[in-house]
Amino acid sequence: MNPLLESIFSPEFGYAILRVMTPLLFPAIGVAFSELAGTINIALEGVMLMSAFTGVIVSTYTGSLWLALVCGIAAGLLMASILAYFHLRLKANIILGAVALNMFASGMTIFLLFIITGDKGSTSSLASLVFPELEIPLLTSIPILGPIISGHNVLTYAAILSVAFFYVVIFRTPLGLRIRAVGQNPHAAESVGINVNRIRWYALLLSGFFGALGGLYLSMGYVSWFSRDMTAGRGFIAVAAATLGGNLPLGTFLASLFFGFVNSIAIYIAAINIPSELIQLIPYAVTIIALAVYSVRAARRKRKRVDAESAPEGSA
Amino acid sequence: MERFVLKNFTLIRTVIAILLGVAISIILIVVISNSPGYSLKQFFLGQLLSRSRLGNIIEFATPVIFTGIGIAIAFQARQFNIGAEGAFYLSAAVATAFAVSTSMPAILHIPAILIVAALTGALYGLIPGILKAKLHASELVASLMMNYVAYFLGLYLINYHFRDKDAGFLVSFRLPETAWLGQLVRGTRLHYGIFFALIAALLAYYFLYHTRLGYEIRTTGNNQSFARFGGINVVKIIILSQMIGGAVAGVGGMNEVMGIHHRFNWQLSPGYGWAGVVVAIIGRNHPLLIVPAALFLSYMNVGGQVLNLMSDVPSELVAVIQAVIIILITANAFLKQWKDRITIRQAEREEGVHEPAS
Repeated sequence: MNPLLESIFSPEFGYAILRVMTPLLFPAIGVAFSELAGTINIALEGVMLMSAFTGVIVSTYTGSLWLALVCGIAAGLLMASILAYFHLRLKANIILGAVALNMFASGMTIFLLFIITGDKGSTSSLASLVFPELEIPLLTSIPILGPIISGHNVLTYAAILSVAFFYVVIFRTPLGLRIRAVGQNPHAAESVGINVNRIRWYALLLSGFFGALGGLYLSMGYVSWFSRDMTAGRGFIAVAAATLGGNLPLGTFLASLFFGFVNSIAIYIAAINIPSELIQLIPYAVTIIALAVYSVRAARRKRKRVDAESAPEGSA
Repeated sequence: MERFVLKNFTLIRTVIAILLGVAISIILIVVISNSPGYSLKQFFLGQLLSRSRLGNIIEFATPVIFTGIGIAIAFQARQFNIGAEGAFYLSAAVATAFAVSTSMPAILHIPAILIVAALTGALYGLIPGILKAKLHASELVASLMMNYVAYFLGLYLINYHFRDKDAGFLVSFRLPETAWLGQLVRGTRLHYGIFFALIAALLAYYFLYHTRLGYEIRTTGNNQSFARFGGINVVKIIILSQMIGGAVAGVGGMNEVMGIHHRFNWQLSPGYGWAGVVVAIIGRNHPLLIVPAALFLSYMNVGGQVLNLMSDVPSELVAVIQAVIIILITANAFLKQWKDRITIRQAEREEGVHEPAS
């Protein structure tokens, strides 16, 4: 068998996909929450950076993984709150506000890093804790799948569980119903007594929460340090994954998996001199196509609804 | 005075946001620097101390004027196309490929290359434009994705087809000299491209405020339904605004290659597209205001570099301040209470004036 196929069919490759997927899946769920409420959060790039940085610093200086987790999440929630405050209270455009926050995080993390460590590149001089890898006894013993799905970082499992959480919140709770209502038609939601701003505020906080977990995984699992702009566009890739997944739980999960797959394969392919650039642009091109398809479908559904609404009127 | 405030409220709010940003930077420098006086002087005046630093201000402002205008034209039509980053990058790559494969006298070569760059940028803007106008797909998401497609496509083009293998690092072939924009001032990297940027600003201003199409773009941006009822072909305007925006950003990309490095040497996207968003916000999408906004941004960035070299304060301070400034400017309700109070007082006074007459 040729060496490329051999490495792709190896369990290590499957393991790598899940590893690469994790810091995409968390923010993708976050983006999906915000997008469902009609307030797309493209500031997760900044949220992840702040949380990744906070986690490393807190874990280094307190030695507590729990405290790092709590503070990292708090940093993400704070960033999301700033965005929510400016967008919902001060009527800032959410896209421009998010651009500002991403810039803020990129500068602020390095600014603080320099003040704390005197270094502007990374926290390699600090001994950050990492989240543990989990050996789940039952999973390990499954043939073929075992080595792929076992032995991952605890946050990788948390990310997969988050998909279920996302499903339950969106489709099985009153909050989820309200989030969808607000996203689909804010005026109608308002007219039945839903506080649109409050629901959007919740959705943005949820997006900040998941962005924070993605950031924490990046600096305390994927690697064990913080480095300048280490998110490398993952906050934006998350927008792609959420869009490709139609902002739905399973779709977002599969899309993140797809992005993880393509990013992992690009590493292998570059080694055998096939232009990895062309492979890497595929998921973005696919996302654009998916965006077009979804938009056509949404428009058709809307037209049908309008027809259905106007029909009885016409007959009356 | 109060009437002046009401009339120029957005301008005043912008100025207040900038002053707040500057105030925060002063506070931060004073807090963390061991010699605050010296650091402050470096940050605010260090730019003016040498010819090369003065040159740096204009050098950095040049590409940002282009991307700022590109962003602003789309924003004026209320199209949140943030694809200037990709248009800048891909157009530079394609036009570099064109430039190294053709040879003609400079008088033809330079315009031909810039036209190729503009066309690339326009085609690039066409995709999110059509998706938005015809299918109502979010131009924000589409342009965000396009940035990545452009990046990988540009990288592929340069690294696999136009790479100078003798250069020792990943760069394109050197452009023929007929494609260079000459140096303007010795001892700096200033080149004629700044004039192209200024011309672009003037043309964009004329286009937006003195042509029918420009009027239609602004009307569509202000109120799409109104524009549609007024007989404006909104679909056409949405597509065109993003194509023109892409073209301007694209010319900016190639302008940079022709003026500074004379090769395509960006293995990473240089980030001028995002800086363009910043200056479009500070310049309130007005091409003539974008020029001083770009110079201001550039002045701060060069100040940050000087600060970094000469003092104990990191240059990232500048990014933080920029973020504060633009989020305050975009916050429409920022200072609104103040404005409302003035409006009420003004109205009351006018009532008072009119009452005896009636």
